[in-house]
Amino acid sequence: MRKKFRTIVGAGLIAASTIMASTIQNVASAADTIKVGILHSLSGTMAISETTLKDTMLMLVEEQNKKGGLLGKKLEAVVVDPASNWPLFAEKSRELISSKKVDVVFGCWTSVSRKSVLPVFKELNSILFYPVQYEGEESERNVFYTGAAPNQQAIPAVDYLMDEGVKRWVLAGTDYVYPRTTNKILETYLKSKGVAPSDIMINYTPFGHSDWQTIVTNVKKFGSAGKKTAVVSTINGDANVPFYKELGNQGIKADDIPVIAFSVGEEELAGIDTKPLVGHLAAWNYFMSVEDPANEAFIKKWKAFTKNPKRVSNDPMEAHVIGFNMWLKAATIAGTTKPDAVIDSIIGVSVPNLTGGYSTMMPNHHITKPVLIGEVQEDGQFEIVSSTPGLVPGDAWSDHLPDSKMLISDWRSPMSCGNFNTSTGKCGGKGK
Amino acid sequence: MKRCRLYKSLFIGLLLSCFINTHLLADTLNDTINSLAKGGFKERAKVIGLMSRLNDDRILNSLEALSAGKLYFRKNNKQVIILKKEDNKYYAKDPVTKSNLGVVQKKQFKKIRVNNRLRRQIKLTLSSLKLRASSPKDRILAATNILKTIDKSALKAIQSQLLIEKNKSVRKAMIAARASVILFNNSSNAKQIQSINILMKYGGREARSVLTRFLSSANPRVKKITENAIKTIDVSLQRWTFIQNVWYGLSLGSVLLLAAIGLAITFGVMGVINMAHGEMVMIGAYTTFVVQDLIKANFSHLFEYSLAFSIPLAFIVSGLVGIAIERGVIRYLYGRPLETLLATWGISLVLQQTVRSLFGPTNQEVSSPEFMSGAFQVGQMTITYNRLYIIFFAVFILLILLILIKKSSFGLQMRAVTQNRLMARSMGIRSDWVDALTFGLGSGIAGIAGVALSQIENVSPNLGQAYIIDSFMVVVFGGVGNLWGTLVGAMTLGVANKFLEPFAGAVLAKIMVLIFIILFIQKRPRGMFALKGRAIE
Amino acid sequence: MISDKFYKYLGISGSSFLCIMGGAILIIVASNTLLNSDHPLHVSSYVVTLLGKYLCYAILAISIDLVWGYCGVLSLGHGAFFALGGYAMGMHLMREIGPRGVYGNPVLPDFMVFLNWKELPWYWYGFDMFWFAILMAVVAPALLAYIFGWLAFRSRVTGVYLSIMTQALTFALLLAFYRNDMGFGGNNGLTDFKDVLGFNIQENRTRLVLFVISGLVLMITFMFSKILVDSKYGKALIAIRDSESRVRFLGYRVEHYKLFIWTLSAGLAGIAGALYVPQVGIINPSEFSPANSIEAVLWVAVGGRGTLIGPVLGAILVNGSKTILTSAFPEVWLFTLGAIFIFVTIFLPKGIMGLFNRSNRKSNASGISKIAGLRKIFIFDGKKDG
Repeated sequence: MRKKFRTIVGAGLIAASTIMASTIQNVASAADTIKVGILHSLSGTMAISETTLKDTMLMLVEEQNKKGGLLGKKLEAVVVDPASNWPLFAEKSRELISSKKVDVVFGCWTSVSRKSVLPVFKELNSILFYPVQYEGEESERNVFYTGAAPNQQAIPAVDYLMDEGVKRWVLAGTDYVYPRTTNKILETYLKSKGVAPSDIMINYTPFGHSDWQTIVTNVKKFGSAGKKTAVVSTINGDANVPFYKELGNQGIKADDIPVIAFSVGEEELAGIDTKPLVGHLAAWNYFMSVEDPANEAFIKKWKAFTKNPKRVSNDPMEAHVIGFNMWLKAATIAGTTKPDAVIDSIIGVSVPNLTGGYSTMMPNHHITKPVLIGEVQEDGQFEIVSSTPGLVPGDAWSDHLPDSKMLISDWRSPMSCGNFNTSTGKCGGKGK
Repeated sequence: MKRCRLYKSLFIGLLLSCFINTHLLADTLNDTINSLAKGGFKERAKVIGLMSRLNDDRILNSLEALSAGKLYFRKNNKQVIILKKEDNKYYAKDPVTKSNLGVVQKKQFKKIRVNNRLRRQIKLTLSSLKLRASSPKDRILAATNILKTIDKSALKAIQSQLLIEKNKSVRKAMIAARASVILFNNSSNAKQIQSINILMKYGGREARSVLTRFLSSANPRVKKITENAIKTIDVSLQRWTFIQNVWYGLSLGSVLLLAAIGLAITFGVMGVINMAHGEMVMIGAYTTFVVQDLIKANFSHLFEYSLAFSIPLAFIVSGLVGIAIERGVIRYLYGRPLETLLATWGISLVLQQTVRSLFGPTNQEVSSPEFMSGAFQVGQMTITYNRLYIIFFAVFILLILLILIKKSSFGLQMRAVTQNRLMARSMGIRSDWVDALTFGLGSGIAGIAGVALSQIENVSPNLGQAYIIDSFMVVVFGGVGNLWGTLVGAMTLGVANKFLEPFAGAVLAKIMVLIFIILFIQKRPRGMFALKGRAIE
Repeated sequence: MISDKFYKYLGISGSSFLCIMGGAILIIVASNTLLNSDHPLHVSSYVVTLLGKYLCYAILAISIDLVWGYCGVLSLGHGAFFALGGYAMGMHLMREIGPRGVYGNPVLPDFMVFLNWKELPWYWYGFDMFWFAILMAVVAPALLAYIFGWLAFRSRVTGVYLSIMTQALTFALLLAFYRNDMGFGGNNGLTDFKDVLGFNIQENRTRLVLFVISGLVLMITFMFSKILVDSKYGKALIAIRDSESRVRFLGYRVEHYKLFIWTLSAGLAGIAGALYVPQVGIINPSEFSPANSIEAVLWVAVGGRGTLIGPVLGAILVNGSKTILTSAFPEVWLFTLGAIFIFVTIFLPKGIMGLFNRSNRKSNASGISKIAGLRKIFIFDGKKDG
């Protein structure tokens, strides 16, 4: 009996491996659809944020198909799960492009996942739309950055607080590249505005940090030097809940020491009791509470699509909406979804965003966006307390870092360069 | 652009001042309050300033509502009211007379928005009014507020209140507040020095903050005294920092203890390398979420007791899952401890994904009941209620467990089976059942830990992963199979971490603790409290 | 002649396994280069890279099996050695970029430039030379393993305690490498490599060569390990696995044996890591995460520990199914993977290789079952084994 069972298992395994060998090869079916790759983690640590974006993309594709698709063809979403595993991101992007033959990929959340897939997109010459706010310092031919660069989020946020009379700054972040770079930029910027180095405190914590007692106490201490103090938080998603809980419990009110966050949106707040946090701030390019017909229509569709009347929308979702519409428009202009043609035609394309304006794709592959500052409300939404008068174009290379201030990016010919050095007049940074 | 804005604001200001003046003549509080409905934040700030000058206690109500975001105005006639939500219905109240205006439709009203600046202004305005509040706690709060902001306009109010104030601690706060105002009031040197001394004696961060602010404007003689005063305060603060670190360490230790205590049974007592332990904690946390959700929807008046329901339920749910795992998988693997690691790892993947499919990958909101929110002050140290209760809770669970194992007949059987299965069986103990129940007990305890962790952590499918490694460290460090070891281990690691953190940073502190454990285990290969004798070789 | 010797050392299963491996690699290379890309039997470069990655994992699996399957030391931290090797290679590839980085700094990698580093940290010196990087890819993990093992084996930390300590080690390294101040690129790690030894890393030919090298290294590793475990030394290892104290009482210095195989295994893992990085194109601290190490142990368990073919099969099968499942069932693939692990541990305690028991060498297999029997007795004696 046991032996028989084993033979069956053995046979099964051999069969499985043959099937495996053939499926990896997965020759793309010649069905007449345009394939859209969706590369967001559905498991692992980042699933918490990225799953929403996958759903957003599915909704957008479905909706476009109802409108008749693109260039007379239907769109087909291809979903894979890179499982919050960075090398797997590279593998999956390669699979999407070379074996599933997608024409465009919407995906990634963390910087490292973007860095991981970047060489693949360059090599196989495809297109990635990256929807999350990030540290900047990058401009690639094959990537379109629909999230905010530091000058579209961090700098206006600090400006707002300075107007509010803040003189002392705590820059608290998770120890990875986005907070490091953002804080470097902010530090230089604050110093250029006359803030003394002793009035800036920088603190880094590991991913998923959950015991905030010491740090919150330190912030309190730092804030009792007689000057108005604010915390600029680049703390990454997961660690925010215990951080805010500790803030609330230790009684740091927004009118004493306001915290302005760059990675806390509606979705993150959905996991917290926001009553003690009312008044703390966040800077984004979109809030669910924006009063605009386009936004209201979008939220309605989103709630219907997810069949959840409590579902919230957030900034990276809007970025995908903008990116998707830009891609549609560019492909329509080019008459094809071939990456080269789309890359050429997308620059200058303007589509309505959800905050009542238009976002335009800049030659540096970043887009123009309004910057909004919102205060947390009891219901987990943000009340917009300030917004930039116009749209802010994304700046790939920060003006506040010594080695990048002379770099510009322009992917239009004849320049066609992501890191043109204005002081040497050559493409490719300092070298050559 | 800028100039344009300047003109605009000037124009609005002019308009506003006309309009305010007319209303001042009318001098009705109602009209002033109603004017809150017009204009932006800046205009609102002016109206609030105006209100504070009315020196009328009746503004208290409306300002508090405004600050809490409960002040609305009717869209058609701009009448300002307070809206209160109860059982999904909105009740309107008159802000001045406090009389009820009955149930209303929310659609007809619009919220009067406030930002931090307005909130601050309101707080300040309220604090001189609140000096007369009935509860001493409110009065202290008002006085410290004046101290913090050095609100000169409140001087009169403090002085008149001091004449009648009897409560000692309130007096102390008020005197300090008065001193801070006097210090900045261009007073004579003697008066300034007197104030500095008062503030020095009062101590604490707020007084220090006032003194440092004063430092820049002080003349040389006073400056020296101020500096000394700051130093004195610093010394006492330092002492408090030490105590605080110990407290934080114990608090972190109790969290580690809670996370590890279930593992101390499944891994420590039974020898199962239970990688799915974290998921049991997670299941407990999700049980709390479900319980709270049900209570919120059906019996909202019971919300304060939601945790009391969650704890037994979490125990049962996680315990049952544990028993199922033991019966379904682990019982085939006894005697192969390293294999249990692999199987339970698979189980943990499945459980994570199950929860993710059921509840979605995002964080779930678990709120804290009133008695667990907030903090109280002991000297210069803030103790948050949730941390305090968690420490008690962790120790309580440990004690219960100890009693269960040492004193109950189930505990006796459990120890018998783990020490000598064959002998236990020949004495008539159903070792199968004891195994299942023991594993269930460990898992159930992990579930209870999940209830506690839901109060300070994310409730997400990743919750368990965050604690699994720490839990193993604690159990191994304390000594496998010894609950006291787990207690001491958890507390030691917690305190060590918190003492390293201030100067090494959170990341390095954790690395140093890990290296310490690795080295410690070389010294004592069986942990701190190793079981002695032949049984373990 | 040579084949006779081969046969003598490797036995029938070993030599036939090597032949199959070699043949498969040849076929894949031929199909990739000679066949037109429309041909149904053409193996695309995507698949070649993927297989190259699996082969690196297979080397790692063998290195774990050497210590676990043959010496009874379960390491839950072998990912750390793998990652260290990877970092050594990554640092070299980073230096090779030279002035082609986005800022064009000839010496400093990009991530140092935008974090305002002015000088290359001392531990980055020498990595511009390929031989040095390769040397470090072996030496760094081996040295770490040596220190760790010297401490642990001397004080007789065994069983579960040792496993948990290795987990602590890799977790500490994970946290350390996440720190940007360490100078290894923090969470982003090292990426955007341009070329290796002057060959463009993105070119198909380079990929193919890397794949072949991985295959060759795997075959050499396999041969070497086979000879090692069949030697007198290997017998002693197995004896230690089966009854450590008995071997000690017989007068063997158990800790020396353990330390040697442990250090060797770490070096092997380092080589696997060094081969892995140019093919995957990124090395980042998440390779240090304890979950990765546990997964690597699972490959060995699935394939069958205590055999050398098993780990290779396990690594390729588990990773292959992961590749397929994450695309075919992105929402539920974890269920399948978890179920495989549970299934294998309960029903296939000796892994896939357990199915082919008879073709395996008898002494080995019966040894294991005897031990299993012994352990049962131990349990009934009331003795926990670790």
